[in-house]
Amino acid sequence: MFSPDLVDALDGSDALAKRRRAAADRAVATGQPSFTEEVWRYTPIDDLDPARYAVAAPGGTAGPMGLMSGVDDGAAAVVHIANGAVLDVSVRADGVRVDTLGSGADDLIGTVAPEGPDVFGDWNLALASAPVVVSIDPKAVLTDPIVVHVHTDVDGLAWFPRLVVMAGRTSQATVIEHHTGGNTPALICPLTELSVGDGAHLGHVTVQELGDAAWQIANLCADAGRDANLRIGHVAMGGDYARARIGIDMTGRGGHSEIDAVYFGRGTSTLDFRTFQTHVAPHTTSDLLFKGAVDDYARAVYTGLIRIEADASNVQADQTNRNLKLSPNAWAESVPNLEIENSDVQCSHASSIGPVDADQRFYLESRGVPTDVAEALVVRGFFDEVLDALPSEQISASVRQRIDELVSDADFTAAL
Amino acid sequence: MSAPTAEAAHTLRIEGLHASAGDTEILQGVDLEVSSGRVHAVMGPNGSGKSTLAHVVMGRPGYEVTAGSVTLDGVDVLSLAPWERAQAGLFLAMQHPTEVPGVSAAQALAEALALRAGDDGPSDDQLERTRSLLEAEAAAVGLKAELVARPLNVDMSGGEKKRNETVQLAVLQPRIAILDEIDSGLDIDALRACANRIEALTEAGLGVLAITHFTRVLEYLRPDEVHVIVDGRIVDSGGPELAEALEADGYTPYLPEEPDAGVAVSIGGLGSAPAAGTGASAPDDPFADPWADPLDELG
Repeated sequence: MFSPDLVDALDGSDALAKRRRAAADRAVATGQPSFTEEVWRYTPIDDLDPARYAVAAPGGTAGPMGLMSGVDDGAAAVVHIANGAVLDVSVRADGVRVDTLGSGADDLIGTVAPEGPDVFGDWNLALASAPVVVSIDPKAVLTDPIVVHVHTDVDGLAWFPRLVVMAGRTSQATVIEHHTGGNTPALICPLTELSVGDGAHLGHVTVQELGDAAWQIANLCADAGRDANLRIGHVAMGGDYARARIGIDMTGRGGHSEIDAVYFGRGTSTLDFRTFQTHVAPHTTSDLLFKGAVDDYARAVYTGLIRIEADASNVQADQTNRNLKLSPNAWAESVPNLEIENSDVQCSHASSIGPVDADQRFYLESRGVPTDVAEALVVRGFFDEVLDALPSEQISASVRQRIDELVSDADFTAAL
Repeated sequence: MSAPTAEAAHTLRIEGLHASAGDTEILQGVDLEVSSGRVHAVMGPNGSGKSTLAHVVMGRPGYEVTAGSVTLDGVDVLSLAPWERAQAGLFLAMQHPTEVPGVSAAQALAEALALRAGDDGPSDDQLERTRSLLEAEAAAVGLKAELVARPLNVDMSGGEKKRNETVQLAVLQPRIAILDEIDSGLDIDALRACANRIEALTEAGLGVLAITHFTRVLEYLRPDEVHVIVDGRIVDSGGPELAEALEADGYTPYLPEEPDAGVAVSIGGLGSAPAAGTGASAPDDPFADPWADPLDELG
């Protein structure tokens, strides 16, 4: 898809250069993905023409604040990267260090995802031109978030944002990753690694508000250590095709994780989610809730796997995906899966796809609430529990307000 | 019941109402008139169409009106959307109030009250006032204040949901309220509290159409008129003494004789197990209620 020779132009340690070359070789060997492969089922991946994009790092200026308005003010650190280049790094609190390429943390890149997890992950390791490594000191307690803004507004650009978060033992922090873009076509393939040390509490929120022409193929790979507490939030509002593959490995005994996602597809966008809750260690839990709405001609795909490995006894893992279909032309698919190799576990999965609940609407109407207001209330109410669960109250509030705006003018009656 | 003053009187008039769910005709010509300050009880066995009557008057989706009319003060109710019927002054206290996740009673009622006041959506002040009204009314029927702040009917017991319906009725102050089995799921204290609140509202002019299977609620709601509905038709009407007759004899006198024994339809509930073929004329009614345990109903 891309030239492996691009690797030679990138800075970084010799060890990283060697791993980049190996990753490029793997990616070339894998070739271009096809929707006939299970992991790309239901996706428009066959429409991807890599020749339309050029890998480069022209940099530029920071993007709009959008849903992040006001969040930077009290942040522990703020990083701006745009169009393949780091623009600015500002660390304002003790206990956190932010590294960029060549500043001494190159060998931490690949800690959680040394390979893959798919061909875009391999290309990311090979071609990440502006990797950011956030290291939180052991025992550090950061009450304010660490914010990484990722902006893309160069026509036809392909690039590979990479964020590595190393949460030291018993540290506490929240990292917010904010993806914005212009209205020009671009291919953005981010990969985020979250290494959650023993006893650490880490929150991570992705806020995706890309432009209508952007393709995003994102990976998030997390590893939760002993007694670690990992809370992942994902907000997906934009993109022509926006995929997020989120994989968490519960490798330390006593670890707990929550994954909560809010998505709202409009226009002709396709939102594609793949989740993997992999329990390697015993006495671990994971709780996943994905709630989304599709309006207009938008599509949403959720495919999730809970995998319990043979040694993982005393595990509780739950997975719920609920979709609201707000227009007759919108489409959603939900495919939950379980793969269990230990009998001493409690797992559940549930999914649903449907229009605004007619009984709920009638109940509100019977109180004198007009149909459109009743529907807007029901849609807002639908998102309430997952918004409450996001690991950032500021993001919950701004997304709640955005959803209010999206539903207050919409007319969903046609979907019924 | 005190007589309403002439200028404040409102009348819900149901004439020759026929309605179907799917291919099944459930209402087969219902005539009823409810005016301000009057309490009408509509009683009937399961499947008689009494809940359908409530749903059709309020405009619940899933029914088709095939003949007849419903007017409120001469306005054609059937041509209105459900929310317009509510804004015109109708209220339906539901038998099974729907859970609405993430939406509080205050949010919903503030929207309704703002619209009634001619405002474009509730102000923070209106929301706050609605919340205070709800809390005051909750206290009047013994419902914990924190329950009215919750998402509507979510994680509430059957009795709490019914009290919550009464609370909303009292806050909205409709002209005519239809109570669909308001007594089911309520213990005797809660029933008395809800009935007393509704009775106070009738003295202030509320007209009530109380749909019930059991006579128990009528000890507290004290109807001016009692109607018996069987097979989608009003088959008898009378004063409160009619409820007493029903208490004694059940609905059997109104049901067609069936060759099988066991047509023991009692309204008192005690010892009346659900017998097969108890005159349920509309088994296809999508909103027909499964027979509740009579002992449960007695609380």
